[in-house]
Amino acid sequence: MAKPVPGVLAIFEHIDAACDAIKSLRAQGKRNFTVYSAAPNHELEEALGVTNSPVRLFTLIGGMTGCLAGVGMTFWMSLDWPLLVGGKPIATIPPYVVFMFELMVLIGALSTVAGLVLLSLTKRTTGLAYDPSFSDDRIGIFVPAVGGTGSEIERIVRDAGAVEVRNAA
Amino acid sequence: MTVFAVMTAGLFPIIHIGRQWFFYWLLPYPNARFLWPNFKSPLIWDVFAISTYLTVSTTFLCVGLVPDIAAARDKMRGWRHKVYSFFSLGWKGTDNQWRHYTRAYLYLAALATPLVLSVHSVVSWDFAMSIIPGWHGTIFAPYFVAGAIYSGVGMVLTILIPLRKALKIEHMITDYHFDNLAKLTLLTGSILFYAYAMEYFIAWYSGNPFEQETFWRRAFGPMWWAGWTMIICNAFVSQLFWFRKIRTNLTALFVISIFVNIGMWFERYVIIVSSLSNDYDPYAWGQMTPTWADWGILLGSFGWFSMWFLLFARTFPVVAIQELKEMIPMPRLRREATDGQTRPRRPGNLRAHRRGL
Repeated sequence: MAKPVPGVLAIFEHIDAACDAIKSLRAQGKRNFTVYSAAPNHELEEALGVTNSPVRLFTLIGGMTGCLAGVGMTFWMSLDWPLLVGGKPIATIPPYVVFMFELMVLIGALSTVAGLVLLSLTKRTTGLAYDPSFSDDRIGIFVPAVGGTGSEIERIVRDAGAVEVRNAA
Repeated sequence: MTVFAVMTAGLFPIIHIGRQWFFYWLLPYPNARFLWPNFKSPLIWDVFAISTYLTVSTTFLCVGLVPDIAAARDKMRGWRHKVYSFFSLGWKGTDNQWRHYTRAYLYLAALATPLVLSVHSVVSWDFAMSIIPGWHGTIFAPYFVAGAIYSGVGMVLTILIPLRKALKIEHMITDYHFDNLAKLTLLTGSILFYAYAMEYFIAWYSGNPFEQETFWRRAFGPMWWAGWTMIICNAFVSQLFWFRKIRTNLTALFVISIFVNIGMWFERYVIIVSSLSNDYDPYAWGQMTPTWADWGILLGSFGWFSMWFLLFARTFPVVAIQELKEMIPMPRLRREATDGQTRPRRPGNLRAHRRGL
């Protein structure tokens, strides 16, 4: 088990209250807090100022690599051992479009998943306080805090409308 | 359902290649003779199309399941908690996870959607690229795509109607969904209607006696019963969905969906058996009689699909929990700042949300 991170865990029932808390925390200059929710939510994203995920680059680069791999594989393998079948050209584009397309989708999809995994690992989730209700209907905000800053954070989240506030480790 | 259906579909080429232990000869791998597959052969297109389809559909399913498995994990105790914890891959629903997840899931969906068109087109080219009468038609790709969606929706209806009742999820899957599924059946059924008519027209217009004979035999030859079952179940029965009352009547939908399944099974039977049993050499003409092994393979494929589907329905959420939660408006402490009221609002139900209430 990862070592628990000390901090404040606030539990919210209402979306607007959670958004208010996020905005207040950001106004206070806090950036490294974690927000939990059961489903993605545009209001939360807006409050957090979420920008577009770079996972799309993985999709684009993976897709292009796959397409080029399709071109390279079919042409090289056809020319490596030229077999004349039915008088058709040895290496030709129309039948090979199938491979270009399939490999584009295959490698594009697999690199998207790889991108998702890698990018999700960029921010730690282990050791942060968590409550099972976050995968149900509650919204959670965990703010790492040491010493006296905890009480100020507690005041901010309570003012915004947190239904429960816990001090973690 | 897609994943289990493709798993079943993938078994059939393996069963039919004869020497199953050499199935890997279909893949381009460096071998002792420096030989590569013939990339102009539709059989190799099919290997790539089906393996890509299986991999991408499985990936899409697994990625979609991760937040739902995490939700199940948080409700479980004991050994079940441990198992679901393992498969939830450390999902906690943090803002960073959702940020990448929503985009990645969108791109996976965008990649998987054209794959549906490609896989059925490639399967149709397995037939259309040959010169067998009844198969050699340019209409095959759209015809197979429409047929695949038509039979897919039929199977969804057959499974969903009893499953919805058994799992008591009537409030999640409503008349609205069934109405739309029925409309999709009507659209694709009408495309099939057109395709059947066009096949007969092309056979007549081509002036090719072999092509004409094949289609004549499909309607009036020894396999007339299969040909007419296909046409009636696919082209005509789906036309009942012009009536709203039928589209929203679950009993009617279930019965029609059974006809759709029967019709689409016969479509494949007619295409494969009628063309192969009567091609260019009249000396080789004959009738196909299924043996006990054929029936066994058919029954086994039903069992194989049902086993995976039921195991899935027993173990994982059958409705995407997080997608449903995304649609439901979250409760608010205060109304929007514009009206200045502070009365808390109850979370609206799904149907009210959909109507824009």
